[in-house]
Amino acid sequence: MLPEVGHFALILALLLAAAQSLFGLVGPWRRDARLIRAVVPAVTGQFVMLALAFGCLVWSFVHNDFSVQLVASHSNSALPIYFRVAAVWGNHEGSMLFWVLVLAVWSLSVAAFSGNLPAAFSARVLGVLGIISTGSILFSLATSNPFARLQPGPPDGVDLNPVLQDLALTLHPPMLYVGYVGFSVAFAFACAAMLEGKLDQTWARWTRPWTTVAWMFLTVGIALGSWWAYYELGWGGWWAWDPVENSILMPWLLGTALIHSLAVTDKRGLFKSWTLLLAILSFSFCLLATFMVRSGVLVSVHSFAADPGRGIFILALLALTIGGALALYIWRAPLLRSQAGFDLSSRESFLLFNNILLVIATGVVFGGTLAPMIADGLGLGTISVGAPYFNPTFLLPMLPLLALVSLGMFAHWKRGGLGGSRRRILGSLALALAVGLAIMLGLYGDRSLLGPLGVVLGLWIIISALIDPVDRLRRGLSLPPAIAGMTLAHVGLGIITVGITTMETRMLERDVAMKPGDSVQLGDYTFRFDEVRDVEGPNYDAKQARVEVLRDGRAEVLLLPERRHYWVQRQSLAEAALGVSWRRDLLTTLGEELGEGAWSVRLQVRPLMRLVWLGSALMALGGLVAAMDRRYRRREREAEAASAAAVAQGQPQGQQA
Amino acid sequence: MTPTRRKRLYLVLGILAGVAIAAVLALQAFRSNVMFFFDPTQVAEGEVQEGARFRLGGMVQEGSVQRVSGTLETRFVVTDFKHELNVTYSGVLPDLFKEGQGVVAHGRLNAGGIFVADEVLAKHDEKYMPPEVERSLKRGESRLEPAQGG
Repeated sequence: MLPEVGHFALILALLLAAAQSLFGLVGPWRRDARLIRAVVPAVTGQFVMLALAFGCLVWSFVHNDFSVQLVASHSNSALPIYFRVAAVWGNHEGSMLFWVLVLAVWSLSVAAFSGNLPAAFSARVLGVLGIISTGSILFSLATSNPFARLQPGPPDGVDLNPVLQDLALTLHPPMLYVGYVGFSVAFAFACAAMLEGKLDQTWARWTRPWTTVAWMFLTVGIALGSWWAYYELGWGGWWAWDPVENSILMPWLLGTALIHSLAVTDKRGLFKSWTLLLAILSFSFCLLATFMVRSGVLVSVHSFAADPGRGIFILALLALTIGGALALYIWRAPLLRSQAGFDLSSRESFLLFNNILLVIATGVVFGGTLAPMIADGLGLGTISVGAPYFNPTFLLPMLPLLALVSLGMFAHWKRGGLGGSRRRILGSLALALAVGLAIMLGLYGDRSLLGPLGVVLGLWIIISALIDPVDRLRRGLSLPPAIAGMTLAHVGLGIITVGITTMETRMLERDVAMKPGDSVQLGDYTFRFDEVRDVEGPNYDAKQARVEVLRDGRAEVLLLPERRHYWVQRQSLAEAALGVSWRRDLLTTLGEELGEGAWSVRLQVRPLMRLVWLGSALMALGGLVAAMDRRYRRREREAEAASAAAVAQGQPQGQQA
Repeated sequence: MTPTRRKRLYLVLGILAGVAIAAVLALQAFRSNVMFFFDPTQVAEGEVQEGARFRLGGMVQEGSVQRVSGTLETRFVVTDFKHELNVTYSGVLPDLFKEGQGVVAHGRLNAGGIFVADEVLAKHDEKYMPPEVERSLKRGESRLEPAQGG
């Protein structure tokens, strides 16, 4: 019964979403106040219906209703209840329902927090969101109905794929989806501004917190996915340039560019049409990512048995969204010229370079990801593009970007001339050089070029990011959340840079055959393979190896890697064992029995791996803190008064273009 | 030209130059690092450039997996049901590597015509067949049904 209620609620949500887009777009156009007032109730109603539909699906999973096809094919009565709930979005149909629910939550938040926006503008924003929602719900109902029944239902389900039975992975897709869908808000703000034919600094100020929050979720989602691949796939790979990973990275890069471009539009009223274009592109790449994952057009280790019919539907949705928005852009963007100029070494210039480099990086990843598809389409043979292409070409824009991040933080708005900050620039660079080279040459004896370079650049970012806030605090000035958040995110970027460089250049890895009693030396560490014994889990049995790691003859850590055999899906999986500290991660993975009591084992030492996760966390936290700034939530009048006051005090912010 | 315009011109020229350099370098990296995919039939017909590193795809032939006892070395046969190719690999095999399943291996042919793999990939969803392997099997108009139609 409940699945039918859910199905019905989903249909009602579709109608309400259509009503929402109709009221939201027609209302402001016909200047009909009644229609505009009807938008928010439609949004609320849509949210209630989708929450009901999602609730019904969760109920079916929790209560093991195997007559629902989705439950039968992705859950099992032996599955712990936590994973039964997570299984709701661990599959295509459920995750699409989750997607539309998240969109409804974002729409509802826009409705709830838009008290400071003009009614017609927020109606347009919600109208655009309504169109996206209508398309997505239609997709869910037409091609991937989560409530389809099986008659008769099987006695038990076939279980969730064991690699998906993991805490990080149950959180990874929701975070990612919240991020993807969050960019629809920036997209809707951009479309609404184009429909109004008016885009001013206030618009940028409204858009910023939404973009930053969406970006934060995307950051957390990527980090969780990478972390999962790192320890659950068991082979220590944290980033493989896989098409699906690339498809997540591209909207993140564009979103990062958008955040910085919005800052310029907000502070200086510049880059207006560029900001609009980035807002459209960021969301388009979010849709593209969904298309890539769900259509199976790309060869990927993450492709979970996809369906071409769905691909065509998403592609049509994608073409309509991007095509419509770009047409609107071509029509309306020329109205939105910015007039002010700026110097070559002003902060605007640095942010412009930031944007160009991030877009180049996106282009490089895009080219490499789509090349196999294009070559295949043109009959040039089946090719694959991997790390040998992506690593050097991605570094090409990223290295100058990292250097410019530090320099840009010393630049002023509008006026050029870094001369006034010369001492600070040279001082911070000297400090970064001294510490970085001391670590890389002294501690690790690294003679390579890239290792020390990356570490020095990372340290320089950390130091330059801290100079301004420390200065403010010393002078007794307040530290607004926007600046505190920016500092956190930049420090996070610096920490990630140091972590990735050190880990990638100083990593040690070996595949070996080991018998009980064997020892293998890897760098400073001795891995001693003690024994293999049988253990049993809730839905699997396993062989567990005991590997003692010693450093200078002293026991450092005991690692217990497992090779698990899941009963229901009859799958054999390696569960890697990690020994984590700030210095390094030690990783062992148990392969298979090789005969004569020997096992294949992969041993890895990854220095400073933890910094990658710490840096990601700081970046996300920075986004959250910055979005909390009250400045973004003030009414138009108050904001103008405040910025006029700031100009009167001679502070270089909020100058009118 | 006014100073502002000149400055803007330099800026635009600089950006264009940067983008052009990036594009050229990216294409270069692309040309030298792209890997082609071949199935055993294409290898048998000599389509592979000598000494080139490539991706080999097909099914692991039933009963062909042999281990050199106590070492990491594994030998197996990759087939597209028309031609076969001997593969040797020294390393830890992925979780889903099984006889009768699709596989993709990276490596080169040695002088004896044996494919020496340095990386072996199997997909982590057992219902899933690498599309390139599936297409290669269809091309071969195999009389045999692939084990799991993907």
